[in-house]
Amino acid sequence: MSPYLAGAGIGVLSWITFAVMGKALGTSTTFVRAAGAAENALAPEHVARNDYLTRLLGTAAQPKPLIDWQFALVAAMLAGAFLAARWSGDRIREVVPPLWQARFGPSRTVRFAGAFFGGVLVLFGARMADGCTSGHSISGGLQLALSSWVFTLTMFGAGLLTASAIFRRGVRHAG
Amino acid sequence: MPADLFAPWDVLLGGVLAGLAFGFLLQRAGVTRYDVIVKQFLLQDFTVLKVMFSAILVGGIGIYGMQALGVEVGMHVKSATLLGNVLGGVVFGAGMVILGYCPGTALAAVGDGSRHALVGLLGMLVGGLLYAEAYPWVKANILAPVDLGKVTLPGLTGLSPWWFLGALALGATLGFPALERWERRRASAPAPA
Repeated sequence: MSPYLAGAGIGVLSWITFAVMGKALGTSTTFVRAAGAAENALAPEHVARNDYLTRLLGTAAQPKPLIDWQFALVAAMLAGAFLAARWSGDRIREVVPPLWQARFGPSRTVRFAGAFFGGVLVLFGARMADGCTSGHSISGGLQLALSSWVFTLTMFGAGLLTASAIFRRGVRHAG
Repeated sequence: MPADLFAPWDVLLGGVLAGLAFGFLLQRAGVTRYDVIVKQFLLQDFTVLKVMFSAILVGGIGIYGMQALGVEVGMHVKSATLLGNVLGGVVFGAGMVILGYCPGTALAAVGDGSRHALVGLLGMLVGGLLYAEAYPWVKANILAPVDLGKVTLPGLTGLSPWWFLGALALGATLGFPALERWERRRASAPAPA
């Protein structure tokens, strides 16, 4: 599918979530809520003392349902992408992506360590900025929100510098 | 902790339908691929820009258009805690290149079969908990000092949103055909030595 068409489809999807469901597309809050709920099963007193987790998960006096609109969205995204890949027959089962392998070699341990560390940074940054590429760049961008455009431009600049620092030399040598 | 585990069923049904469509579109757009995302930041593949810009432009015209036609559309603008937006953006951008995904595309990539994206999801869960631990300090030192509230660019400047949407549409009309021509030239040219 043309990336323009897929992007336009996400725009139209936003019309529906805004106008019909009263929601904006976003994903990163659910990661904190899911992790916080798991932590709560192990150390409920610690979670009860944490302002951020109680704000997101609610308290015993004022509970919020764990499985909410965004939780359903996040779970269904996995299924939507799975169906798209199955129907088009291009499911990837990728372990070490080509570009990473050209720079860091074929070790799956090294790639998994990189993916884990990158994931930690992505969610930490998303929560500090109060949104990710869905909640800020797309949903906030289309509302012309100041916070979202500041996040998106900074994120893109930092990504350019990081990619250049990590890959520029290695990719040239490989290709 | 919640006594009720589930939100009302109609709310959840909406989330499921929107998630199915969102995941489907991300996979079909090609942004479930690590190389596609990282090559955007190396300026070698512009799929991510095309998807995001199209979504913002079409979405923005629809939301502000519906409002202009008198349709009740609630806004979901996030507070301009500018220091947090900037520092969070820096950490996010660096992490996105190392992981090769943002949260949404990582979810779609796991659906697409990417094993390393699944490890990335675990990292994100840990990153979320680390942020929860750091939150009191971040709130006092990064979020509270600069908070302009839930402000939009039209609200900040006093200009109509159509100036901004018009500028985005003009940029797309002029920029994307030029980008397509540049990509075709690049694809047909011999690889640089």
